[in-house]
Amino acid sequence: MADATAPMMDASGIPLKLSLRRAEGKKRRTAIMLVLPLLAFVLVTFIFPIMQMLWRSVDNPRFQTYLPETTAILQAWDGKSAIGNAFYEAMGAEMAQAMRDRTLGKVANRFNRDMSGGKSLIIKTGRKLKKLKTGPYKDIIINADKRWSDPNVLLKLKISSTPFTASFYAKALDFTHDNNGDITRLPDDERIYVKLFVRTFVVALAITIITIFLAYPISYLMASLPARSSNLLMIMVLLPFWTSLLVRTTSWIVLLQTQGTLNDIMVWLGIIGDENRVQMIYNMTGTIVAMSHILLPFMVLPLYSVMKTISPNYTRASRSLGANPFVSFYRIYFPQSVPGIGAGSILVFILAVGYYITPALVGGQSGTLISNMIAFHMQKSLNWGLAAALGGVLLACIILAYWAYDRVVGIDNMKLG
Amino acid sequence: MSSLPTYAGKLETSWSYSFRFICGMIFLFLIMPILVIIPLSFNAEPYFTFTPGMLALDPDAFSIRWYEDIIDNKQWLHAIENSFIIGIFSTLLATFLGTLAALGLSKPYLPYRSVIMALLISPMIVPLIITAAGMFFFYSQIGLAQTYLGIILAHAALGTPFVVITVTATMVGFDQSLIRASASMGATPSRTFFKVIVPLISPGVIAGGLFAFITSFDEVVVVLFLSGFEQRTIPRQMWSGLREQISPTILAVATLLITISVLLLATLEILRRRNEKLRGLSPG
Repeated sequence: MADATAPMMDASGIPLKLSLRRAEGKKRRTAIMLVLPLLAFVLVTFIFPIMQMLWRSVDNPRFQTYLPETTAILQAWDGKSAIGNAFYEAMGAEMAQAMRDRTLGKVANRFNRDMSGGKSLIIKTGRKLKKLKTGPYKDIIINADKRWSDPNVLLKLKISSTPFTASFYAKALDFTHDNNGDITRLPDDERIYVKLFVRTFVVALAITIITIFLAYPISYLMASLPARSSNLLMIMVLLPFWTSLLVRTTSWIVLLQTQGTLNDIMVWLGIIGDENRVQMIYNMTGTIVAMSHILLPFMVLPLYSVMKTISPNYTRASRSLGANPFVSFYRIYFPQSVPGIGAGSILVFILAVGYYITPALVGGQSGTLISNMIAFHMQKSLNWGLAAALGGVLLACIILAYWAYDRVVGIDNMKLG
Repeated sequence: MSSLPTYAGKLETSWSYSFRFICGMIFLFLIMPILVIIPLSFNAEPYFTFTPGMLALDPDAFSIRWYEDIIDNKQWLHAIENSFIIGIFSTLLATFLGTLAALGLSKPYLPYRSVIMALLISPMIVPLIITAAGMFFFYSQIGLAQTYLGIILAHAALGTPFVVITVTATMVGFDQSLIRASASMGATPSRTFFKVIVPLISPGVIAGGLFAFITSFDEVVVVLFLSGFEQRTIPRQMWSGLREQISPTILAVATLLITISVLLLATLEILRRRNEKLRGLSPG
């Protein structure tokens, strides 16, 4: 008989515990090997590019690349005491070199973002220095433009030349550097980005609320009808869901424009005169109507799947106990459908906050959202650092909402049609 | 709701009818934008509105000239070709990788499951404009911007979450003991995979693939940033059509796209029924 303390063995004489651990380790490796290709693919083609773009929102390489020694001296300077001659000598030599290499323009463009007129200041000085091979440069620099002896200008230069900068994020949240180099809020009438963020969130919230009010009745109807008729109605929800985004946006342009179908009907009915047709598109109305329509299925689907699980017996029981239909709905049915509202709301909100195509096509001037501003800085103004910072702020908000979604619903419970 | 209980009062009855009326209006709101496009695409005039002739059902007010326009227009034909090439290849890639990952995710032995899931789902959550901006910089550096391969890779990344979600959902109802049963009868793992697992999860895989295809087929933001003139897709062509030269050709294309989505929807519905039948959830 075996010793009671000895480990149990399997058929081939290996301790059972070890054998089990080996088997589980093998299974775990199989699971990891299955997931790994996609994980690697998503990391390389998706996560890494986004990280790299977000890096741009703090990265500030131009001064350091083209005027390295000047940057080092400026960064070491405390901003209060008088700056030494070494600064002017380093700047003179490096600016002259950069002017000859035709790289000074890049530095000048960067400086212009922190000081208006900064570009011409640097280029002008660079032209004066171009021919010089040796110093001393200080007098030539100050003769070229008196501003080079102004501590405030040098302070701006110091701020502009930091290798890592918070200035894109500051700008994205409407902060700026004042003359002392401290970070302060912009005056009220110059705050554009925070207003745009607020507008985006308000619009997303409004769309979420509109979709709740539109989705609730039809989900309720579909959940309470027999399967045959509810399937038929479901097709009316799923068809828009499966139809191209651009098709749906096009149809809203057709419907809402001043010469469009809806205005035609209203004129025909005599609600409005032919001369004062309502402008319903290329403004905020257009954005909200089109986006509510586009996002409505994302509210209906989770709401419907929750309502489908609510047993009608509870409502019947409450009716038999004397509740009138409205009390019975409000006290019994509605609380049970709240998880569906929560799931749908977060989904719609996340999607609405990041919308680009529809606001760009039907939003006009007043109906644009933060995504359109990011696109503007990416494609038109080419201020990529600012675009990345705006994207970073937006992404942070979305991740917060996603985290909430995971807590409330659980990402595994996400359903698609 | 289907029939009112016998104890319903007058107020309840009238509320029930007004409730149905409200629901009807909401369904109209959902479906009308799609329906209104179809007759307008047969407009004989170059307008986006119903002409008096169309309302009078005068046959001369209708024509198929905008459909002929598509066939005569090299740009549109090229865009249609591009959309299918990019859609099919990115779908194949997304479906292959996504299905493998979903099989791994459904095993209970996988460590850091929630983190991995969050990373795999992220292409669906991150706003497209951020995705497009990031990809624009990265793909330009490695020389994939303005190439078919670049857009296929980008669209595959965007499509994988849908495959992962649908296949994982299919695996939830999957009876793991079937694998053991098959192994105990002497089947090799690969034989088990092809004879037992694949037939059972195929509805989920095909549904996920369809989602991935429609994602690519409908995607325009990434294409705006990554494509050159050569890689223009249908949505990209519609985008510039809506912004620059509005012509009812767009409505004709839109009608064709609606037809495609009806076909896809029908396929999905058939798959869903088949899946329920296989699991014995509904009596055929």
